Amino acid sequence: MFTMLRPQNEDELAEIVREAEARRAMLHVQGGGTRAGLGRPVNNGVMISTAGLSGVTLYEPAEMVISALAGTSLRVVEETLAEKGQMLPFEPMDHRAIYGTSGEPTIGGVVAANVSGPRRVVVGACRDHLIGVRFVNGRGEIIRSGGRVMKNVTGLDLVKLQAGAHGTLGILTEVTFKVLPRPETTATMLYEGLSEADAVAAMSAALGSPFEVSAAAHLPAGMGADRARTLLRFENFAASIDYRFPALAEKLKRFGTAKRIENAESEKLWASIRDCTLLAEPRDTALWRISVKPSYAPELANALRSALPEARLFLDWGGGLLWLATPATGDAGAAAIRAALGGKGHATLVRAPDAIRSAAPVFQPEAAPVAALSGRIKASFDPQGLINPGRMHAGL
Amino acid sequence: MTAILFPEPRADVLARRDFLIAGLAKLVPPASLVTSEDERRAFETDAFTAYRRVPLAVVLPETTAEVSAVLAFCHQHQVPVVPRGAGTSLCGGAIPQEDAVVIGLSKMSRILEVNYPDRIAKVQAGVTNLAITNAVSADGFFYAPDPSSQLACTIGGNIGMNSGGAHCLKYGVTTNNILGVTLVLVDGTVVEIGGEAMDAPGYDLLGLVCGSEGQLGIMTEAVVRILPAAEGARPVLFGFETSEQAGEAVAAIIAAGIVPVAMEFMDKPAIDICEAFAKAGYPMDVEALLIIEVEGSDAEMDATLAKIVEIAKKHGVKRVKESKSAMETAAIWKGRKSAFGATGRIADYICMDGTIPTGQLPYVLRRIDEIVKHYGLRVANVFHAGDGNLHPLILYNVNDPEEAMKAEEAGNDILKLCVEVGGCLTGEHGVGIEKRDLMRHQFKPVELDQQMRVRAAFDAGWILNPAKVFPLEGRL
Repeated sequence: MFTMLRPQNEDELAEIVREAEARRAMLHVQGGGTRAGLGRPVNNGVMISTAGLSGVTLYEPAEMVISALAGTSLRVVEETLAEKGQMLPFEPMDHRAIYGTSGEPTIGGVVAANVSGPRRVVVGACRDHLIGVRFVNGRGEIIRSGGRVMKNVTGLDLVKLQAGAHGTLGILTEVTFKVLPRPETTATMLYEGLSEADAVAAMSAALGSPFEVSAAAHLPAGMGADRARTLLRFENFAASIDYRFPALAEKLKRFGTAKRIENAESEKLWASIRDCTLLAEPRDTALWRISVKPSYAPELANALRSALPEARLFLDWGGGLLWLATPATGDAGAAAIRAALGGKGHATLVRAPDAIRSAAPVFQPEAAPVAALSGRIKASFDPQGLINPGRMHAGL
Repeated sequence: MTAILFPEPRADVLARRDFLIAGLAKLVPPASLVTSEDERRAFETDAFTAYRRVPLAVVLPETTAEVSAVLAFCHQHQVPVVPRGAGTSLCGGAIPQEDAVVIGLSKMSRILEVNYPDRIAKVQAGVTNLAITNAVSADGFFYAPDPSSQLACTIGGNIGMNSGGAHCLKYGVTTNNILGVTLVLVDGTVVEIGGEAMDAPGYDLLGLVCGSEGQLGIMTEAVVRILPAAEGARPVLFGFETSEQAGEAVAAIIAAGIVPVAMEFMDKPAIDICEAFAKAGYPMDVEALLIIEVEGSDAEMDATLAKIVEIAKKHGVKRVKESKSAMETAAIWKGRKSAFGATGRIADYICMDGTIPTGQLPYVLRRIDEIVKHYGLRVANVFHAGDGNLHPLILYNVNDPEEAMKAEEAGNDILKLCVEVGGCLTGEHGVGIEKRDLMRHQFKPVELDQQMRVRAAFDAGWILNPAKVFPLEGRL
């Protein structure tokens, strides 16, 4: 059972944490609740909603920087940027499709889970564009790290540490990003019928070309179309795309004839890749997110299909990211997947029933000395282990 | 100059010098252990030359295993350790102390693997920044961060300081361009942080280690991202009559949706100094100069430059000069990248590295001028205009102790100004010893304590590069 608290500002939040510290009460943090299924399940304590901490606090388009309180909806941040022709470069995924949740994802949740999308392969992840944070640590202290300038090496980079910590190192109150202009237009190059090995080779050649492909994904046959589709996205000024599309097609001609998909259809396609809607149904399958070096993806995909015959998968990030659906039975394939990986990458169990996520490690288990470091880092922020305990690893 | 204090050398360590050297001699070949005073003196300072301390001994390991053994030994005997790459730090990051063992990574300078399909290279810590680009450039790739010292500085030092460069407006800084490191912890344990995949599980230890100034461990190998080079690149010079106009042009270019690969600013004193050195063809009749570089095919560069020129004209640009050849391009960048060295030919200088919100540029430039004049000194300004990272070079005479002190005070005032307007003390050079005592101007006590508790998770005994980053008083 949860009690729900909704602090209206950072000072109220700090006070709540200090009281919890005195009472040793467990605190769980909730933004929009759209990603509640991510991480290990938690069952009791005090739920802190960041809904009261909402609003864009700074936006300087000419400096390409935006700050927002953690509970601000992602939609508001993106709309604010769009008004000035800018965007969050890392194209954050919307998890509502795979979890079937409603409500609004928050910008704090995006940071806590280091949520990125297809453009990550070229421009970097959420953590690469996050330049400042404010948070309340487990001692009830308000801490700032980074700031609003994009080059800053003053002191230890606690900003990066907060990205992807799933709220276990503090409750975020404000986040600041460097942003980019929105591209004038977009188009996608499509190759049909490639094997995974050829698809990864084509994507590597494209991403290694000077033509600034902004995303590269491969959808096997049966994933939304009869034939396998290999997709390469251009985002740029229209004149540049008109020059670069044929230039890249010439470089990739050994993979066949390229088709061109324009603006709206292209955007729809990439949204379905970003949000993993291709594997959202059936709802009762488990979902995994696997990171590897791209050239290893074809071999891994084959190994996974052998080990888990019912598995369905597709590739993003030029092969560097595998989305995998497995039956939500037993450990949802955890042991088989991590054995197939053999240390050449890592796997996160993104969707599964609570019972499986309690039993199987949701995040890749860490080597003992790294796990020990993680434990000491957690204690340095949250000595009593009050904030989001056990969300990432048991005991962390 | 004597304003910056070092910790008192520990008598118990100095007294055990012979024992410690005998112990180190068992861990590395004789050629990798430097003990004579003459040879140790070569390691007494870095590019922050106003301060120097001769270390107890210098070890130049050739393998991760040797680094591990030396660290374990130093940890066991509680001897401070100072990691060193090429010694190009501008903030004293590699300056040792009398009771410290320097671990220099210069012998670990091999490129272990280049992998084009995955766009990564695996390198040892002592490889130079430019050597990575040189190894892959024939195949159309490069390593993006390009600090001006890139010919000499090492990737280990770059990661330690999270180095930037002129082209990070588009390509990011070091932390955005590495995927993994092999890190030797203070007790000699070797851990792999990150790896060859694009993101890593668990806490972002890679992001934490990057820019930690050798305080969390010693990096021996790294996996770096290599990027495809653009079809072409062309820098163009834009001369303005005021720095306000130049600043407004920068803002207008970004507002137009154009992110050039680099936008560099020089004021009149910097133009004079760099032109005299590099003969780059900089216009001499302007007060402010922007070097704006664009990339792409010839037609794309023409199109982008046409837009930029149009914007610059709206903001009163007086001179526009395009590079017409590879030689001109090289000269333009040589002038900018040798700004520090060229300044060193005419005077001693200290180089500041604060970052400010770019909207504050005209105000900050005016205040810098006032501050420096107040101390009776001169300043030349070069900076990365796109990201607000300033490099005021305060000119002084190192043989005049009073003037040296004034230069340091002027520098401190400038950095405090950077923090006041919403920026920070250092954008890419690091804190080192130089800005250590200014940290309280940027951080509240609880914030410094939080950073020091994180530091303690790696090195509770302050063995690793202990004189740096955090004020000596009030340590945790």
